[in-house]
Amino acid sequence: MSLDIRDIYGVVHKGVREVRGSILVLEPIPNVLYDEVVLVRAPDGIDRMGRVLEVSNQYIIVQVFGEESGLETATAVRFTGSTFEIPVSDDALGRMFNGRFEPIDGMGPIVSRERRDINGSPINPRARIHPNNFIQTGISAIDGMLSLIRGQKLPIFSESGLPHNRVAAQIARQATVLGEEEEFAIVFAAMGLKNDEARFFIESFRESGAIERSVVVLNLADDPAIERLVTPRIALTIAEYLAFDLGYHVLTILTDMTNYCEALREVSAAREEVPGRGGYPGYMYSDLATIYERAGIVRGRPGSLTQMPILTMPGGDKRHPIPDLTGYITEGQIILSKELDSRGIYPPINVLPSLSRLMRSGVGPGKTREDHKDVSDQLYDAYSRGLKARDLARIVGEMGLSDRERLFLRFADIFERKFINQGEYENRTIEETLDLAWEVLSTLPEEELVRVKDEILEKYYYRAKPVS
Amino acid sequence: MDRVGEIVRVSGTLVVGRGIPDIKIGEVVEVGEEGLIGEVIRIIEDTFAAQVYEPTSGLKVGDPIRGTGKKLVAELGPGLIKNIFDGVGRPLDDLIRASGPFIGRGIKAYTLPRDIKWSFRPLVKEGDYVSGGDIIGEVPESSTIIHKIMVPHGVSGKILEVGEGEFRVTDVIAKVELDDGGVKELNMIQEWPVREPRPIAPGGRLPLKTPLITGQRVIDVFFPVAKGGAACIPGGFGTGKTITLHQLAKWSDADVVVYIGCGERGNEMAEVLQDFPELVDPKTGKPLMERTVLIANTSNMPVSAREASVYIGITIAEYYRDMGYDVSLMADSTSRWAEAIREISGRLGEMPVERGFPAYLPDKIAEFYERAGRVKVLGRPDREGSVTIVGAVSPPGGDFNEPVTIHTLRFTGVFWALDADLAYSRHFPAINWLKSYSLYAKEILGGFIGSFSMYKEELLNWWKSVDKDFPRYREDAMNILSSAAEVESIARIIGEKSLPDDQRLLLLTSELIKEGFLRQNAFDEVDTYSEPEKSALLLKLIIDFHYNVEKLIRKKVPIDRVLELPVVSKIKRVKFDPRRVEAIKELADEAKSSLQRLASEYRVEVEV
Repeated sequence: MSLDIRDIYGVVHKGVREVRGSILVLEPIPNVLYDEVVLVRAPDGIDRMGRVLEVSNQYIIVQVFGEESGLETATAVRFTGSTFEIPVSDDALGRMFNGRFEPIDGMGPIVSRERRDINGSPINPRARIHPNNFIQTGISAIDGMLSLIRGQKLPIFSESGLPHNRVAAQIARQATVLGEEEEFAIVFAAMGLKNDEARFFIESFRESGAIERSVVVLNLADDPAIERLVTPRIALTIAEYLAFDLGYHVLTILTDMTNYCEALREVSAAREEVPGRGGYPGYMYSDLATIYERAGIVRGRPGSLTQMPILTMPGGDKRHPIPDLTGYITEGQIILSKELDSRGIYPPINVLPSLSRLMRSGVGPGKTREDHKDVSDQLYDAYSRGLKARDLARIVGEMGLSDRERLFLRFADIFERKFINQGEYENRTIEETLDLAWEVLSTLPEEELVRVKDEILEKYYYRAKPVS
Repeated sequence: MDRVGEIVRVSGTLVVGRGIPDIKIGEVVEVGEEGLIGEVIRIIEDTFAAQVYEPTSGLKVGDPIRGTGKKLVAELGPGLIKNIFDGVGRPLDDLIRASGPFIGRGIKAYTLPRDIKWSFRPLVKEGDYVSGGDIIGEVPESSTIIHKIMVPHGVSGKILEVGEGEFRVTDVIAKVELDDGGVKELNMIQEWPVREPRPIAPGGRLPLKTPLITGQRVIDVFFPVAKGGAACIPGGFGTGKTITLHQLAKWSDADVVVYIGCGERGNEMAEVLQDFPELVDPKTGKPLMERTVLIANTSNMPVSAREASVYIGITIAEYYRDMGYDVSLMADSTSRWAEAIREISGRLGEMPVERGFPAYLPDKIAEFYERAGRVKVLGRPDREGSVTIVGAVSPPGGDFNEPVTIHTLRFTGVFWALDADLAYSRHFPAINWLKSYSLYAKEILGGFIGSFSMYKEELLNWWKSVDKDFPRYREDAMNILSSAAEVESIARIIGEKSLPDDQRLLLLTSELIKEGFLRQNAFDEVDTYSEPEKSALLLKLIIDFHYNVEKLIRKKVPIDRVLELPVVSKIKRVKFDPRRVEAIKELADEAKSSLQRLASEYRVEVEV
């Protein structure tokens, strides 16, 4: 929505009392709405968008999105009388926008009668359908052990330097629902992404032809930081419209949520709020929830909204507030590991701390294959024993291990090399993934497969061809 | 007498108003033209602050704010069971009818359905003298719950008339001539202010006698909770809090279950709504939904309503307790409730003490958990009821050393410590057997866990009725696990092979206990519920096996030969056998005979 301060009617107010970074404190005037959108014009002539954070009979607090430098007390603020709304339409597919929803692909703005508040409204839990459609991503580690389900929110927890973008692009390229022809529409929101990373995604969408069914909303690293607070909400508002009004199955990629949270902290600090852990505001959990909880499937509406947020864990620490609060809201997490990456394993997914909470409702007989759950459980069990043996071998040496421990140590190596590791353009079907799992498991004797039920064991264990 | 003031400040969910001189703390206000629901939480000179239970965008200074003269109440009566409400008690179905699948603002809805006619059967007759809490009649609310209609507290007098037949909740079912001569018409609705505990008979707190059977072995056998007790289940994300609470809501042998989803995931509530009508209560054989009340205020719904949802839930639980039922309440997660308190406190500019939480956080937590208990109910006929509270806690970073976990532990008797390492190796329930405890000693007796624990002894008696030797098995299992933990730390340095056979036996047995007994798959058709007899026999099988192997080892039979026995992997898997107890009994015989054969092979004389 390209907005010009002259085009919008509304009260113009010049009583700026204080400028605190991106926060303006104004003299009180009547009829200002809480959460109202404002336009801010500083003497430098640049128009910025803003939002009312607090109204009272003593002062008005306004949050400015956009360039901070140039703001001064001689700034004019125009109150628009409405909350932050964007026009929504499927014309947005195949288009590219900046973080404020202004087109950056040289074409005109989206025109539609249908306008939506970017904050959305919470989905009534009673109106949700519990997600249960397996999405085949073609990546064995995910499909076999962390299945992605349509309507799920499943983040990737990564670190700087790891190939999370390549993994996300591969998922966007390969994701299909078994037995359905229709491909996902992709809504891609970048918050503070580097230019080359953004280009990588766009190229990847272009290459696979996905660009035609993609909406790209970009706030890049050199764009205003505070704008990142609205970027994911704009993207999700379009995604919700595509999914719940027009019936698309939408995959939304939000990256990097860490930059979003830092913008949130910046605003909180400017407002002099009591800081929580790591200086992040105490309401960060609720704030993140208003983004992540917008995934789902709604009764009586076609379509679905699946979310894959990406965040880089500061210092690689899973207990840092950003991954921590995210993990409490999302339905699992896919954790990438530096160690696997340095050994050349792609995708470097550390399956042990990773989890897909919705997996069990989307896999099994009639959905993927009857052995899926047992196989997954057994892989977890054996791999965690293998890693324990590997730790031990570092101390006592491989020779000091018992026969049983050596068996699991060998299993862990084969599992990482054969099952986890795969090509960036290798698209494995779920059948292939599960058969591969049995091949890997067949390196263990039958009595060690305690998490597999007898009938499953009989049917699949002896059929598997052993791994060389 | 219209009590209308005006808004002077809006900051998030906090709205400050002015101009209602006689406003009271706890009074419900209607905010703005849409009449958003709020509750007064502070009065400062001529202004007052209200937390609003709906999104506040679009409000402005000068908008009206109306005092209702009422406190935040729960509407109690037939129609709660099988229903699902938001944090302030509005049925979610009514919200869908009003605004579609996305929740709109300013929607008014009654908690209890007004259109359903209930079949009322009186239990008093004309001329009877009744007072608050007395049961005057009953209606079948669901296929398992008979809803007792009680005289509201504060009403007493002589029954003038009492009806029989089909009534709506708003219809008059009885008339009472009050002590002061007035006449009071009673219908089936009671209102109760949610922040006040419902009264019980004088001196009516009863000792906790019976365990809440949950069908989860690690809980029932190792760390049980009593009916009327309170338990705390803290754990980082992914450690299985929600699934454990779902398991308790599904399988615990309470009469009524109140499940509060407070600031958690919407899809999880959708799952409960999908599963519960299909699952069958092992006690009654009826769908679980027939005894369940759900409250859902998911993480993206207004923060302040999280605070209210916990109180609405406990008030409903007390109400069914007052009918004489054993009620269990699950709150997932109390951390979100505490965070809502913190957020409001921050917006009020109060002094933070610990991690931003206000100084009164422990009081709030204590007040909540103290509403658990087994009580003699006020009113006739004499009856007892209980409320058991199980509260999930979501500690930041999974670190239990934080205010909500610490204070919750102070006021609960059972601690189920969820462990990330167990969860990573998919050992569920990931309840750490070394850190968890169960006691019902009051705080001051905390140091004397064994000797003063009230319900430990009661529990022993109960288990004795299952198997007279049982308490010994539990003690042995706990001892083996803790010794094995020490041996494991040695094995980590020198390798398992270098250990003597008796220590390797400890490792074997602890593996059997972990794999064959403690680990219980919530999604396995057979093992999702383990009846007490199965739990007991399974543990007995493992401990007996341990002592028998020990006898062989003393006679120099190498443990490697024992490890090779097929019975070892069968012990780990027998819990999945659909023949349940029968299969365990058979395996116990098989275990004995295979050890016997091994003994004769080595020509040693042992009695197994």
